[in-house]
Amino acid sequence: MAEEVKLMKGNEAIAHAAIRYGADGYFGYPITPQSEIMETLMEEKPWETTGMVVLQAESEVAAINMVYGGAGCGKAVMTSSSSPGVSLKQEGISYMAGAELPCLIVNVMRGGPGLGTIQPSQADYFQTVKGGGHGDYRLITLAPASVQEMADFVKLGFDLAFKYRNPAIILADGVIGQMMEKVVLPPFQPRLTEVEIRQARPWATQGKPAGRKRNVITSLELDPARMEENNLRFQAKYREIEKHEVRYEELDCTDADYLMVAFGSMARICQKTQEMAAAEGIKIGLLRPITLWPFPTEAIAGYADKVKGILVPELNAGQMIEDVRLAVNGRVKVEHFGRLGGIVPTPDEVLNAIKEKLM
Amino acid sequence: MKEEIIIAGFGGQGVLSMGKILAYSGLMENKEVSWMPSYGPEQRGGTANVTVILSDERISSPVLNAFDIAIILNQPSLEKFESKVKPGGILIYDGYGIHHAPTRTDIDIYRIDAMDAATEMNNTKAFNMIVLGGLLKIKPMVSLENVLKGLKKSLPERHHKLIPMNEQAILKGMELIKKA
Repeated sequence: MAEEVKLMKGNEAIAHAAIRYGADGYFGYPITPQSEIMETLMEEKPWETTGMVVLQAESEVAAINMVYGGAGCGKAVMTSSSSPGVSLKQEGISYMAGAELPCLIVNVMRGGPGLGTIQPSQADYFQTVKGGGHGDYRLITLAPASVQEMADFVKLGFDLAFKYRNPAIILADGVIGQMMEKVVLPPFQPRLTEVEIRQARPWATQGKPAGRKRNVITSLELDPARMEENNLRFQAKYREIEKHEVRYEELDCTDADYLMVAFGSMARICQKTQEMAAAEGIKIGLLRPITLWPFPTEAIAGYADKVKGILVPELNAGQMIEDVRLAVNGRVKVEHFGRLGGIVPTPDEVLNAIKEKLM
Repeated sequence: MKEEIIIAGFGGQGVLSMGKILAYSGLMENKEVSWMPSYGPEQRGGTANVTVILSDERISSPVLNAFDIAIILNQPSLEKFESKVKPGGILIYDGYGIHHAPTRTDIDIYRIDAMDAATEMNNTKAFNMIVLGGLLKIKPMVSLENVLKGLKKSLPERHHKLIPMNEQAILKGMELIKKA
């Protein structure tokens, strides 16, 4: 039977998709604008159906460390928060990257810095794709631009996290978290049994059978020569991810005179800008990175000699623009347009920015 | 068909839930829909608005700079959104909340005294449904049948007994709305 089309918030879609993915556990602490994720999980009571654990931890730090523990046992576990809460989780995220553990993190960004505001923002781009926690690590970063993608990226995030034994993050913002759109939820898949986990994830600490060495989950290695080996292994893995997992969408880019590069809710606003520009006879393409890391560097570089200029509209003071500039390496003008601190621009503001800065 | 609508007023007036019922009604008619709220941290008293789009085609941006229809339920919202109605568009306002009437001449302006009617009906909670009725009289973008289906979808089951009252409020709004 075909799945029913539903109307729901992006946050709610994440919760339903997590249950349907067969996630083993969710650990979180409430914060606007993403509290509906845990609220929906609590309403759905998956512990009575699939056996999924849903737990409100005493803090964000506790929640990410519960994720660390669950992931070490080979379980599909997740947490969610918004910007200030995700800052608190950074130590745990770095530890998990260092221990090569898969998990899914959701950040529904709000305006910062500090406690900031509850309104939408994209100012955690640097934190997410350039580090945030300490050490040479990378987070697989998915940027949904619709409620449907909020639902779909739960499975994609978990699958990539397990494939590469690396944390994955859904980097959304208050617009995508709070808006309601039509969505078709993914089909139910059962949680893995303990036997299936031991087979699929032989690295997990599931009890040591006779005949193999202990599995050790740690990010600690005091011998620098071995620690360098670990780091080289991580880097080799990151190069594989960069080679195979870049995802992006191109809208009306062929024959475009100008290009916008935007992600998440900003990319939706830019689609309206495209419609308005087309009505005035201005051809503007839109390249929407879906993975922010790995970044679609080559795809963007391909436009350096084709367009007259690139605008990078963001809900921040200019973060992703650095990666766009690195991609085109000075071959074409790249300008930024941003609103800060929780203000969401309208499509005409973006069009005006193109006219002022590029034309 | 594509209707880009802003509903704006005070928190607690039922702005968001009116938008939600409209969105669910659109879903019942197999339209593309988006519902995008904007409100402060307070549950009551602050300003709240919601952008609802119903369309036959894929919706690009849930955030808009101009609207086909503005439903305005208090003075600050009128000041903010009167200029954002597209030329030839529609503005509907509630007489109770507006002290200085809209002045634009290039749009169609309607008045509905929904707060007075809700007080008369001894049911101030019906306020937003009276306004919705007024909108549907001017622009029958969704059928009453689908609005009732939408209500059923958006209300928790324990509140389904309130649906007949809501239907009456919608019908009342259809009678009350008049060209300003």
